Amino acid sequence: MTSDEPLIHASGLTKRFGDFEAVKAIDFAVQRGEAFGFLGPNGAGKTSTMRMVGCVSPATGGELRLFGLDPATEGPRIRARLGVVPQKDTLDEELTVEENIWVYGRYFGLSKPQVRARATELLEFAQLTERARSKVEPLSGGMKRRLTIARSLVNDPEVLMLDEPTTGLDPQARHVLWDRLFRLKRQGVTLVLTTHYMDEAEQLCDRLVVMDHGEIVAEGSPRDLIREHSTREVLELRFDVDDHAELAGRVDGLGDRVEVLPDRLLIYTDDGDAAGEKVHAAGLEPLSALVRRSTLEDVFLNLTGRTLVD
Amino acid sequence: MAADPTLPTAASTRNTPEPFPRSRRWQPVFAFWATQYKRTWQGNVVSRFLMPVMFLLAMGLGLGSLVDSSSGGVDGMPYLQYVVPGILAAQSMWVAMGESSYTVLGAIRWQMQYHAMLATPIGVADILIGHIGWVASQIALATGIFLAVGAAFGAWASWWVLLALPLTVLTGLAFTVPVFAFAATQENDAGFSIMFRFVMTPLFLFSGTFFPLDQLPAFLRPIAWVTPLWHGVDGNRDLATGSPDWLHLLGHTAYLLLVVVVTGWLAYKAFRRRLVV
Repeated sequence: MTSDEPLIHASGLTKRFGDFEAVKAIDFAVQRGEAFGFLGPNGAGKTSTMRMVGCVSPATGGELRLFGLDPATEGPRIRARLGVVPQKDTLDEELTVEENIWVYGRYFGLSKPQVRARATELLEFAQLTERARSKVEPLSGGMKRRLTIARSLVNDPEVLMLDEPTTGLDPQARHVLWDRLFRLKRQGVTLVLTTHYMDEAEQLCDRLVVMDHGEIVAEGSPRDLIREHSTREVLELRFDVDDHAELAGRVDGLGDRVEVLPDRLLIYTDDGDAAGEKVHAAGLEPLSALVRRSTLEDVFLNLTGRTLVD
Repeated sequence: MAADPTLPTAASTRNTPEPFPRSRRWQPVFAFWATQYKRTWQGNVVSRFLMPVMFLLAMGLGLGSLVDSSSGGVDGMPYLQYVVPGILAAQSMWVAMGESSYTVLGAIRWQMQYHAMLATPIGVADILIGHIGWVASQIALATGIFLAVGAAFGAWASWWVLLALPLTVLTGLAFTVPVFAFAATQENDAGFSIMFRFVMTPLFLFSGTFFPLDQLPAFLRPIAWVTPLWHGVDGNRDLATGSPDWLHLLGHTAYLLLVVVVTGWLAYKAFRRRLVV
């Protein structure tokens, strides 16, 4: 494999469970050193895709290559070079923090002394050194997640795959985790992650694909996606009404596009303040009017008509 | 963020692990179960001692003295020497079923340790061999302790009983492997209580452990012949009483091996269907 070839390459990648098609012939490529994301709501096919890329779930159709190797025949060789952080922690709760890393390192054929030396570094990195000898079970969600990440790095992987890395964590714990992932990225580790949080995708990903119902509906950098699929600014209006849909007609034309959500109206425009003045000029009196920048949430809303997190 | 550690990674120091041959990949799986065992080994070993001591006292000496005084033992053999080789085999069945049911389903469903393994170079066959190997070592440990305790009670009539160790481990495996296959098809643990109640208990009572099979109605005997426990009981008794019939023993061994191989293939299928989706 030559150096400019993508590290991960999928074309027509498909996953079926019985009659249900979870992943519908998607194409993507991940380059060495980049942080690549799959953004989409729950059930979009992100986890199925990740499991195929992680060589733990066989593809039903299409072609998948990692490091130029075929998962169907070279699974163990590929997995030896991957770090996997599954959506649900698979830590052994009855073992201690360090034992979890020792045991896992042995799965990669590392010797006992190698694993012990590596565990010391990893616990330092994951800020778990003080908890090394404590059992996993009483640790906080954020600590468990950091341990899972530390464990996934035991084999010094070239690609780190994270499925919903911060789901269920409080904001503080998420920021700690993002910081660790940034460090890894700066050190040249390729990151592949799924998320249904647009802020996580914006924070971490150089490039991402938006998935919905098993298909890729858009691809690009967060900035490009926002430029292509949304306006610069968004004006959010809340009114004292039961159903915001009834007001949609009255704000039509005040921006490039209007989205109606159950609790607010979104007016897409390049100048939110100007649109706000027009709203007042039209005699409308919203309870609140907020101008903000477009996010990936807006991109998703525009592409699918639905919100990411419901 | 106080700490600012830089982790040596692929991009900085490349310390690629040595090639890891397929033939060694079961070993870390075995090592994992050993690590888990270390947390509870004291209690485990104590109970492995108490079990045979209780049976030897109750069945061998208590019931045995009654049998010996009223009917002169079984086939002229003191009841202690008759019954204990059978209980030795039955114990391997308990250990096998106990170690192969909840732990296997737990590693699939609850703690998901198998899933963690499969994200690494470890494959389904390695998981099976490593875990079954671990259970085999537990059966060997329990059997070894039982042999020692039995010797202290004078339960063995012959040194041939040492060969009962491998035969008993094989008997245990003939339960371990099918239970692995069964556990991999279960959604919850309800099936296990049925298994203990309707498979293990009848086998324990009616496989010639406590009385000769000819005491059973003729139509029930074939059931004992096809289930693994009778082969272990009969083989152990042969060895322990010092009158080994080698052809019989060969037959028992071959049958138990067949059960292990056939159910091993089923277990591999069941594991793949459950874990590789």
